[in-house]
Amino acid sequence: MNAIQYDVMTALPEILVLCMAMFILLLDLFLKPSNRFLIYVLSQLTLLGAAVLTTVTHVPAVGYAFSGLFVDDPLADVLKLGVYLSTAVTLVYTRQYTALRGMFRGEFYALVLFSTLGMMIMISGQHFLTLYMGLELLSLCLYALVALDRDNANSTEAAMKYFVLGALASGMLLYGMSMLYGVTGSLNVSGVADALLSGAPDHGVLVLGLVFIVAGLAFKLGAAPFQMWVPDVYHGAPTAITMFIGSATKIAAFAMVIRLLVQAMFVLAVDWQGMLVIMAIMSMIVGNIAAIAQTNIKRMLAYSTISHIGFLLLGFLSASLNGYASATFYILSYVLMTLAGFGIILLLSRKGFEADRLEDLKGLNQRSPWYAFMMLIVMFSMAGIPPTLGFYAKFTVLQSALQAGFVALVVFAVLMALIGAFYYLRVVKYMYFDEPEDHSPIVAPVDMKLVLSINAIGLLILGMLPQRLMDVCAYAIIHSIQ
Amino acid sequence: MTDLPILSLSIWVPIVAGFLVLCTGGDRNAPLARWLALAGSIAGFAVTVPLYLDFDIANGGFQFQEHLQWVPAFNINYHLGVDGIAVPLILLTSFTTFIVVLAGWEVIQKRVAQYMASFLIMSGIMIGVFSALDAILYYIFWEAMLIPMFLVIGIWGGPNRVYATIKFFLYTLLGSLLMLVAFIYLYHQSNSFEISEYYSMPLDLHVQVLIFIAFFMAFAVKIPMWPVHTWLPDAHVEAPTGGSVVLAAIALKLGGYSFLRFAMPIAPDASHYLSGFMITLSLIAVVYIALVALVQKDMKKLIAYSSISHMGFVTLGFFLFNPLGLEGAIVQMVSHGFISSAMFLSVGVLYDRMHSRQIADYGGVVNTMPTFTAFAVLFAMANAGLPGTSGFVGEFLVILGSVQVNFWYAFLASTTLIFGAAYTLWMIKRVYYGPVANAHVAALTDINRREFLILGLLAILVLGFGIYPHPITEMTHATVSQLLEHMALSKLPTL
Repeated sequence: MNAIQYDVMTALPEILVLCMAMFILLLDLFLKPSNRFLIYVLSQLTLLGAAVLTTVTHVPAVGYAFSGLFVDDPLADVLKLGVYLSTAVTLVYTRQYTALRGMFRGEFYALVLFSTLGMMIMISGQHFLTLYMGLELLSLCLYALVALDRDNANSTEAAMKYFVLGALASGMLLYGMSMLYGVTGSLNVSGVADALLSGAPDHGVLVLGLVFIVAGLAFKLGAAPFQMWVPDVYHGAPTAITMFIGSATKIAAFAMVIRLLVQAMFVLAVDWQGMLVIMAIMSMIVGNIAAIAQTNIKRMLAYSTISHIGFLLLGFLSASLNGYASATFYILSYVLMTLAGFGIILLLSRKGFEADRLEDLKGLNQRSPWYAFMMLIVMFSMAGIPPTLGFYAKFTVLQSALQAGFVALVVFAVLMALIGAFYYLRVVKYMYFDEPEDHSPIVAPVDMKLVLSINAIGLLILGMLPQRLMDVCAYAIIHSIQ
Repeated sequence: MTDLPILSLSIWVPIVAGFLVLCTGGDRNAPLARWLALAGSIAGFAVTVPLYLDFDIANGGFQFQEHLQWVPAFNINYHLGVDGIAVPLILLTSFTTFIVVLAGWEVIQKRVAQYMASFLIMSGIMIGVFSALDAILYYIFWEAMLIPMFLVIGIWGGPNRVYATIKFFLYTLLGSLLMLVAFIYLYHQSNSFEISEYYSMPLDLHVQVLIFIAFFMAFAVKIPMWPVHTWLPDAHVEAPTGGSVVLAAIALKLGGYSFLRFAMPIAPDASHYLSGFMITLSLIAVVYIALVALVQKDMKKLIAYSSISHMGFVTLGFFLFNPLGLEGAIVQMVSHGFISSAMFLSVGVLYDRMHSRQIADYGGVVNTMPTFTAFAVLFAMANAGLPGTSGFVGEFLVILGSVQVNFWYAFLASTTLIFGAAYTLWMIKRVYYGPVANAHVAALTDINRREFLILGLLAILVLGFGIYPHPITEMTHATVSQLLEHMALSKLPTL
């Protein structure tokens, strides 16, 4: 196999998603509105095809393609599978919602596929420019997706905010990268790592560059103090898009943190650890305390995301393989919980009615005991109460931080988790202790009901049998990071 | 017979039964849900009986052990086993579940299946707490128990139930999270979550003190000890009768049991070091909380404070470090399980008829409910620690134990015999005796056969263990001596 063949083989999933996204964009022009279901099916098949390709070409080793611009390692494969899964689940949950709001169009699916491609490139980027390109592809699609419901003033405003702040963050990231390039003379992740290892000439500039990169990453993850956009965008965007932003894209941002901080700048770990400690503390404070005051579930989940990111950062603090594996476990658990949480909100929404206030959950136990139970699992999982997946997610990051000796920080984190438990309990209170105000039946397609139930029950089952998922995360990290 | 996984059955039979009850659906099928729950609770009790019959009383270690690998990545195992301290509490749990299912038979008309299922699931989870020998397995059961209790108080509770249930949940969670940090710390020291591994691990005194404090936060809230007891009166008052019974009879014992399982053997030097502090808190609970109970106007609140005061005896007995105190404390835990359930059920009987818990709304109940009053007075006497009832045995042993340590401990502890009698008998006088207070009391009907069965069973147990407490003490004896031997050895690392 010559170099070009290898490059193409390695990037086969990306090529498939790219071709299909363009095909869908064209196909939509020639399709009658009544046949749009075909586009949905094609998008799901694309994701399935990409998943098959990623699995089939998987090898437990690191491979570089396109002259070191692109990497294919087990971590990339695992995270990509996570992205396909969460995107596919998002498409299942949002089909009815988008159809009722005039968003069930080719553009939606094309944009989702293009952003999936962007995420895949971010995950596999081995070069600062590749990473940046993936990030921009994702971000531009997301700006458009947030504004997709174009007659909605809230969405338009959210898209504008997201765009302005997002562009600023991308600028910071790029600026940081340019400083790093100035010092190390390389834009390649392993090139930078090697240059830093052989002794960095100018530590001051390096740290300054690092600050910009960390700020840019923190913005994309939604960690405090760069979290300002999160509640507004989560609230303003159509719930279908909020769900997408809240789930799959976090996996890609996580991958970027691994590539930039862990792989390229491991030598500077002492410097970025300090920054992450501050961001973790601030995220947990802002996320947990501000969430208490929210009356809108989407805003509440936005703050909950911020606090989850705070916990996620704890996993990076130990700067050990154990820590990265726990962070990987945390991000995948977080995505599963978020999908199910937004799934319930989408389930309760109907034409002309967004079930996005906490009051809309009132008496859900009387309206539908089954879905109330599903949401109960999601809420306890987010609060980290066993026997749900959320418990093991928190457990793994806490043990890694404690291993690294951050005792006070861990105690602080569990106290914040306690505050967090309050607002998750409040959701349960609305569902179980209050009488329903809204008696309309819950209508949803069978596939959505089925996937949602599997999703939520999965949180319970994975909470009792977490070993497989832990193994996958440990495997991905051990075989990808030296 | 013994190759059956009895502990797993004890845990999972009620949980599975609970989910089956949930499957009966809405209130259309309420009778089915009730009978299924009753069958589940009887089966749940039946599978725990072999624990008593096949228990080897000469062996102070863990019996009926089951060991399966669970999460090898962190060396977490599904490891179950019981000793002489756990077995009586497991039997108490499965028995109380049966009582609670019966007690909610007619009273609960709203969402019956969910109510019954919550108690069955909770029963399995609590037996899990008593039998887990792996710290994370234990922690999972310990926390999971909060979920059904949270729902029980919140759905079927009184007017202020939301406040009470959230307070209950957050209070308990606070302590538990610190305990989790302690477990993770111990894991990094020993690379294991095996509890017995922690017993033999040397630890510095300051580490032991920190670990003890983390455990203390978790268990003291649960027991509850003064001054972290404030969730209990709220939770008890708002909870439905069944919820109060389970809280008082079993949930409080989880805290007491956990002191014996974790805090004391893992940090023996810290336990000795802090024993003065623990005894002081216990005595404050015994004396001060008894005085608080005296002024309560609400019957359930009065019993709640009386529970805290009685649990003060339990912690006092633990930290005397002598066999009398420790065995007395264990007997006290079991006996308090029966007496407090009976007391709450008695209030429940009145509440179902009058819809009031205020002492002032009653008077002269004996005139309309003579049979019931006979039971109520018996339980009140037991609560006051009358000789011949199970309430006496535990208190007497603990007082004897404390005389050996310090006369003044014994003196303060024995004031409970006066205060306990005062608040209980004064309540009895105001509620049951005297002239018929109002038309509502005049219209009361005496207990039916179901209520008679429940109260009768409890009365037999209260009197039985009062006259012949040997079955409990013989079971705990070997374990208690082993624990005390272990506690006598220092775990400080030798230099």
